Amino acid sequence: MGHSRFKEKMIHGLFFLNGLVAVIVLVGIFALLVTKSISAFREISLSQFLFSANWNPTATFVAPSYGIWSMIVSTFMVSLGALCIALPLGIGTAAYLSDVASARVREIVKPIVEILAGIPSVVIGFLGIVLVGPVIAKVFHTTNGLNALNGSILLAVMALPTIISLSEDALKSVPKSFEEASLALGATKWQTLVRVKIPAALSGIIAASMLGMGRAIGETMTVLMATGCALEMPKSFLDSVLTMTSTIAIELGEVPYNTTHYYALFAIGLVLFIITFVINMISDIILHRYEKVIK
Amino acid sequence: MKKPHISDMLGFGFLRFSVGTVIVALIIILFDIISKGRGVICWKFLITMPKNGMTEGGILPAIIGTFLVTVITALLSIPLGMGCAIYLNEYARENMLNRLIRMSIRNLSGVPSIVYGLFGVILFVQVMNLGTCILSAGMTLGLMTLPWTITASEEALKNVPKSYREGALALGATKWQSIRTNVLPYAIPGMLTGTILGLSRAAGETAPILFTGAAFFIPFLPKSLFSQFMALPYHLYIMSTQHHAISKVRPIAYGTALVLIALVFAMNLGAVIARYRLRKIKME
Repeated sequence: MGHSRFKEKMIHGLFFLNGLVAVIVLVGIFALLVTKSISAFREISLSQFLFSANWNPTATFVAPSYGIWSMIVSTFMVSLGALCIALPLGIGTAAYLSDVASARVREIVKPIVEILAGIPSVVIGFLGIVLVGPVIAKVFHTTNGLNALNGSILLAVMALPTIISLSEDALKSVPKSFEEASLALGATKWQTLVRVKIPAALSGIIAASMLGMGRAIGETMTVLMATGCALEMPKSFLDSVLTMTSTIAIELGEVPYNTTHYYALFAIGLVLFIITFVINMISDIILHRYEKVIK
Repeated sequence: MKKPHISDMLGFGFLRFSVGTVIVALIIILFDIISKGRGVICWKFLITMPKNGMTEGGILPAIIGTFLVTVITALLSIPLGMGCAIYLNEYARENMLNRLIRMSIRNLSGVPSIVYGLFGVILFVQVMNLGTCILSAGMTLGLMTLPWTITASEEALKNVPKSYREGALALGATKWQSIRTNVLPYAIPGMLTGTILGLSRAAGETAPILFTGAAFFIPFLPKSLFSQFMALPYHLYIMSTQHHAISKVRPIAYGTALVLIALVFAMNLGAVIARYRLRKIKME
């Protein structure tokens, strides 16, 4: 008996250690990015790194410069652009699924959303080159269509499934009595949707869009392939842009290990990590509050 | 009968437009890839090596590479993910630590894939000194899929009725015995189907393998898990942006894209069918 109790304790202990794996990986990623970034910030001043738009790590005749401001601006520009496209379409689709669609239509649309979510990002990026790019070039008379607009359109397609399914969940969890009360007071179905149901589901919808935003900011392959990767301060959506993720993807393979340039790329990774972490935390808090309110 | 309000008509018109746009987007994507990739695909394309600077020939090494990497991903992610899920669902109490673990899982699923790539370069390539190889890339992807595996496994564990556990415990079984005999047999099929969905996503990922082992072109098949490899998603990236004759190899790029999405969908479909059949067996 004593033996089996010991064994039980061992097994419990092993599972406990295993349970910590997610914490260990998350802390490990953060610690690693911080240590490598510290090596970078021995050579680069933090304010210059964040707020100078001059990135030229391989300069030979002048001192190399490491400013990522234009990349930060580009990243947010492409992601916010994506959100502007994906939010109305995503919420519209979610509202259609929860309010209008018959069971049969829902059975058709839901798998479509899932298939869309399953398409690898590199395939979406490829379509940005062969499909969206030429259309943009023709419509706006630019030399090639590889620019911020292209990236936004592609990221919108990738963010749609997240936004649709989470917004639909939020709309569905609005108590039926809200809707009935509104209709009984003489509001039309549309007024009920816009003035009662969507406001009631708003925190869920906001959390959904923040998650979509976080994904868009961290997405690499699509923006790498479709935005043209020109290092400059973007002036309009028709400019080619270089995002933070693209810079890491392009340059990490080419720099020698353990140089300032190498560490600077990890510092970009740290900035990305912090931005997405904060966005996820905020959406988490909003969702948590929202669950309490509904209860 | 009230007359339909003008704002109602416009509003619901917009909702229809939204759904329509989503459907049309998917149709355009699939139609373009299938119609232009179909012509390239034949047995020879699937089972031969690339030739003449990758302007001719097939994509066999990329298929093999993606397969091997996904196996490594599964070997790392499935046991670790299942173990974590078993701890959370069977052993853990509702306390601060439990909440910390759950918060970590949610945040891990939001970490950008390229950041996993950075982590893999340091941990596997440099610190563990494995070099850029199948093993490093597979383990990097394994860490990336971990949050999905945990979530899917926990979902499966939650579906096992509480009475199954209580029955075993009442008969004098220890906690682990009750989990092993009365919980896992019913949960494992669900765990696996959920995990396959995560693996299909890993198979299509490019950013984490960019620096951990994927190679531009290798004229032979990987000899061991310590060799560099070609992978379908990376091959598509190369063929559409980095190749010296991009317009000439466009058909090969389309073919690669078609094989890649076919692979991802086949894995998804496999998971769905498996889930359906398991459900049926359970009912009987």
